Amino acid sequence: MSAKETASGGRAPWLLAGPALLFFVGIVLVPIVMTGLLSFHDWGPYKGIETVITLKNWREIATDSYFFEIFLRTFRIALLVTVISVLIGAPEAYILNRMEKTWRSFFLVIVLGPLLISVVARTLGWALLFGSTGLINVTLVRLGIVASPIQFMFTETGVVIALVHVLAPLVVISVWASLQRLDPQIENAAISLGGSGFTVFRRIILPQVMPGVLSGAIVVFALAASAFATPAIIGGRRLKVASTLAYDEFLNTLNWPLGAAVAILLLVGLAAIIAGSNRFVERRYSEMFR
Amino acid sequence: MSRNGPIALIFHALFVAFILVPIVIVCIVAFTPEGYLSLPTNGLSLRWFRAIADYPEFVRALRDSLWLAALSSTIAVLFAVPAALAIARHRFAGREAMLAFFMSPLMIPHVVLGIAFLRFFTTIGIGGTFVGLVLSHIVIVMPFALRLVLAASIGMDRAVEHAAISLGAGPITVFRRVTLPLILPGVVSGWILAFITSFDEVTMTVFIASPSTITLPVRMFLYIQDNIDPLVTSVSAALVFLTVIVMVILDRLFGLDRLFIGAGR
Repeated sequence: MSAKETASGGRAPWLLAGPALLFFVGIVLVPIVMTGLLSFHDWGPYKGIETVITLKNWREIATDSYFFEIFLRTFRIALLVTVISVLIGAPEAYILNRMEKTWRSFFLVIVLGPLLISVVARTLGWALLFGSTGLINVTLVRLGIVASPIQFMFTETGVVIALVHVLAPLVVISVWASLQRLDPQIENAAISLGGSGFTVFRRIILPQVMPGVLSGAIVVFALAASAFATPAIIGGRRLKVASTLAYDEFLNTLNWPLGAAVAILLLVGLAAIIAGSNRFVERRYSEMFR
Repeated sequence: MSRNGPIALIFHALFVAFILVPIVIVCIVAFTPEGYLSLPTNGLSLRWFRAIADYPEFVRALRDSLWLAALSSTIAVLFAVPAALAIARHRFAGREAMLAFFMSPLMIPHVVLGIAFLRFFTTIGIGGTFVGLVLSHIVIVMPFALRLVLAASIGMDRAVEHAAISLGAGPITVFRRVTLPLILPGVVSGWILAFITSFDEVTMTVFIASPSTITLPVRMFLYIQDNIDPLVTSVSAALVFLTVIVMVILDRLFGLDRLFIGAGR
């Protein structure tokens, strides 16, 4: 028997994982803790960062409605993006799953492929489409649907559309994965027992893929709430979200402590929302994980 | 297998159009012969692709991006293989916590990581250097490398290893001749996913890049923040073409759905 096979491990696993563990403690844990500390430091335009402990930044975020508005907008955008992504991504995964094999692999590449293309290039496409002389507005005006161009750039609508484009494929992946685990015999049994197409979908398929839908939704929400490039390009400096606010504080205003506080609040808020939703999904669907 | 009805197919067509239109529009506008953003209605021109050569910062950024992605994913895989074997084969106190710790970069917003690294690297004196970029990219690609290597290590048949040991092979020989070849598909696909993740990263890198060391997506992002013109459109289109080629190769080799869904779990 080699040492590797002792089930309880001993020193072997720590030696194997040691390099990665040391690296992560040094390069992840230490910087995050430092950022947490930074959010309690003081800052002034002339004195720079002062290493004292103060609640000034946190008080400013808690009391100034400017910050509240930005965090509320971030939450609103993330929620809308999540709902729309699920509403279009889940049916698309279902439709893909019902396609003939050759068509299915072809369209899977088309739907999942954009995930490999740089977010900047994809968002640039929306910026080109959104302009007042962009394709969307020219088409809408020419068809007589609207009288004057709709403002998409620098609006929440524009940010939501572009983010749905970036994130909806993730819902497709998640739902697709759970559809692959379905046993077609259960569906066939339901049909042979006289269930209509709609009943089979509602009573058999939907409950089984629901965990996939919800876990996809959680991922999309987390990524939408912390998205940076898309809101920065489509929303511009006028329509700030939490991550672009932190960016501005760090690289334009140079108020690092305040920027750190914004970032830590985003991290903690998101962690709380994700943990809460995960617990809900696990409790609600615990029978499926048994 | 049941088929889709007409409504489902219309929905599908709209969904695919929604996914493709912004990408296709970039590729079309890039061929404009005009000096401003426009659809190429008066014939196609390569002038904006040729113009890229006059802006060496884009070419240099591409080169830096490729080096950064290759280096960080290779180092991440070197960390991930022993760590995955430890997690796959041993039951020890803190195993779950260790796995969660290695996966945590997926859960931490990249803005937060960018800020944390900017603060940390400036403090220890490697702010704005290539070394800093590599260190930070190892962190964000590690979860992808680890997850795929871990899946391969868990699915591996240990009996082959036992046979090698009973035939007198030492631990290094067993790893090199038996274990590594068996987990190699996981290692390779983990490396590829890590490479792509590193190459596409913008949010964290924008904080720690400096004018001398900058990646292509960050260079494009900063350019777009100032103005959107046919030049950055042609750079994006070139990037799209490059990605599509890689995509087709990956799909032939692994199947894109397997690469993603293996990673999606």
